[in-house]
Amino acid sequence: MKLLVTFSRRDVKQPLIAQTVKDTGVLINVERAHVESKGGELLIDIPDKDTKIITDAMEKAGARVKQIEASVIRDETECVNCGACISVCPQDVLFFDETWTLCVDTSKCVLCGKCVDACPHQALSLLP
Amino acid sequence: MHYALDYYMEKTIDLINTRIRDGNARVVRADQMPDIVDELGVEGALREVDVVTTGTFGAMCSSGAFFNFGHADPPIRMEKVWMNEVEAYAGIAAVDAYLGATQKSETQGISYGGAHVLEDLVAGNAIRLRAQSKGTDCYPRKTLEIELNMEDMNQATMVNPRNSYQSYVAASNTSDRTLYTYMGTLLANAGNISYSGAGCLSPIPNDPNLRVIGSGVPIFLCGAEGMIIGEGTQASPGNGFATLMTTGNMKDMSTDFLRAATFRGYNSTLYVGLGVPIPILDEDMVRRTAVRDEDLKTTIADYGVPNRDRPTLCDVTYAELKSGHVELNGEDVKTSSLSSYKKALEVADELKSWVESGRMILASPTRRLDTTKTSHPMRDRARAPQVRDIMTTSIVTISEDESIRTAAKRLLEGETNHLPVLDSANRLVGIVTTFDITKGVASDGKGVTVRDIMTKRVVYTSPTETVDVATRKLEQHNIGALPVVDENGKLIGILSAIDLGKLFERGWKR
Repeated sequence: MKLLVTFSRRDVKQPLIAQTVKDTGVLINVERAHVESKGGELLIDIPDKDTKIITDAMEKAGARVKQIEASVIRDETECVNCGACISVCPQDVLFFDETWTLCVDTSKCVLCGKCVDACPHQALSLLP
Repeated sequence: MHYALDYYMEKTIDLINTRIRDGNARVVRADQMPDIVDELGVEGALREVDVVTTGTFGAMCSSGAFFNFGHADPPIRMEKVWMNEVEAYAGIAAVDAYLGATQKSETQGISYGGAHVLEDLVAGNAIRLRAQSKGTDCYPRKTLEIELNMEDMNQATMVNPRNSYQSYVAASNTSDRTLYTYMGTLLANAGNISYSGAGCLSPIPNDPNLRVIGSGVPIFLCGAEGMIIGEGTQASPGNGFATLMTTGNMKDMSTDFLRAATFRGYNSTLYVGLGVPIPILDEDMVRRTAVRDEDLKTTIADYGVPNRDRPTLCDVTYAELKSGHVELNGEDVKTSSLSSYKKALEVADELKSWVESGRMILASPTRRLDTTKTSHPMRDRARAPQVRDIMTTSIVTISEDESIRTAAKRLLEGETNHLPVLDSANRLVGIVTTFDITKGVASDGKGVTVRDIMTKRVVYTSPTETVDVATRKLEQHNIGALPVVDENGKLIGILSAIDLGKLFERGWKR
């Protein structure tokens, strides 16, 4: 399960990830982190069964937690199946099947947005 | 009934056309031909196959269309024309214009270009035509603004000055910055490879000697029955880079095979679907159309070097490029295609159905293309100015162990804002600016020596880099000066924004 965690420095005082791992014993994989002076946004990956315990722990610590179900979205009417997106993806989310049709493995997506920029047909977008 | 061929091991276009009209022609896609030849042999394949269809679907920047809008009342001689705020060239008579795919919108920039206007028209959408004129006795009107759709135009004739490249160089980028190019997004440190072209399905690789591909030959162009005009601009068949100039009626085109695109950080362009039917006249044509991706070679060029002649990183075949991975300097690097192979197959299939149904009849070239010709770069009379021509060679430097105070003094004495920092071996290790010093002083003595406040990742230039490239570095990094380092790593000068003024003093011709 992927969780998008947003926090502000005002509300979250302790080291968020370290504290949560220590308290829950759940191993957290940080896939993307963007932290600025006033707060930040983390995309983390955890075992599905631990979703509730992690969500509760982080919300208690003052962060907001949102479950990320989908990943990059492909607009099939705009996509021409060129594959310009394939090589810029750091996670092998995008690939061709045997008929040269573009496939999206959403489970691997870390919402980095590189493919969105690389698509010549503006056919890819991230979650709203 | 193919018995006659036991006696004639050649076929004429007329014979093939007779079969097409009778509905007996055997048509196959170019990518299927190698296996057919393996199975039946060259002679057998000649007997069996009449036409091979090719296809490609990719970014063809050199595309556009001529329009005739019809005369308004009172009439106007359109001197300047905009279609959905994208300017079209109107220096042609009174109500004609040519809209190029890469012209950008004056209001929306590159996200909406000439290509998007073309796609809108083909999709049946109305576009806003705006025209200006100074007014004449015969054409008194000065301005015009009207909505038009495709049906309202007398002609909408696509003309692609250069497309259907025989082969195209693939791209990677060894610089430390992601590049946004006409070859797509090129990740830093050779992080990916991008290529274009359908390989063995592309038209010209199936007729590299241009025997049957020439002026007047009917083609599939964006869903319409188009035609090869002749040699494309910049054609260089002599070294494997032939191109074609093509035309077709836009009113018959379909958005299935014509799509606008925008390459981020570069420009708008048009994706064009194009296919040429290749008549199988003799054994030579059989062998040519049996080409495989493994046989088609190209190179990977380093777009990290912003020169006309980009260094080649390695040789590759289209088979390797299409496999999704290429080994580059010992690393497995992912590839991306900019053109769509799936769409290229659709083009070849659609063209196959046209020939099988008798909708398209073949023709021999009315004029052959010159296969020996090579294109050449622009004739440069004057060498482009280089950094060494205008750099300042009297450099004031400082060592990293000296105090911030000494650095401040040296900046004042040297009347400069940039101090390159050298280590004990005289190597460039940093740069200190007046801003760094101000910051150092303002932070109340947290730093003592130059080492504490200097910028360590120095953006630098070389003496032979062109001033245009160096200027772009200044702009991109928002800095005022670049240390100049020679091939031995020695600091030999500094290029500041002030030095750029020397270009004008010396009257460099641009």
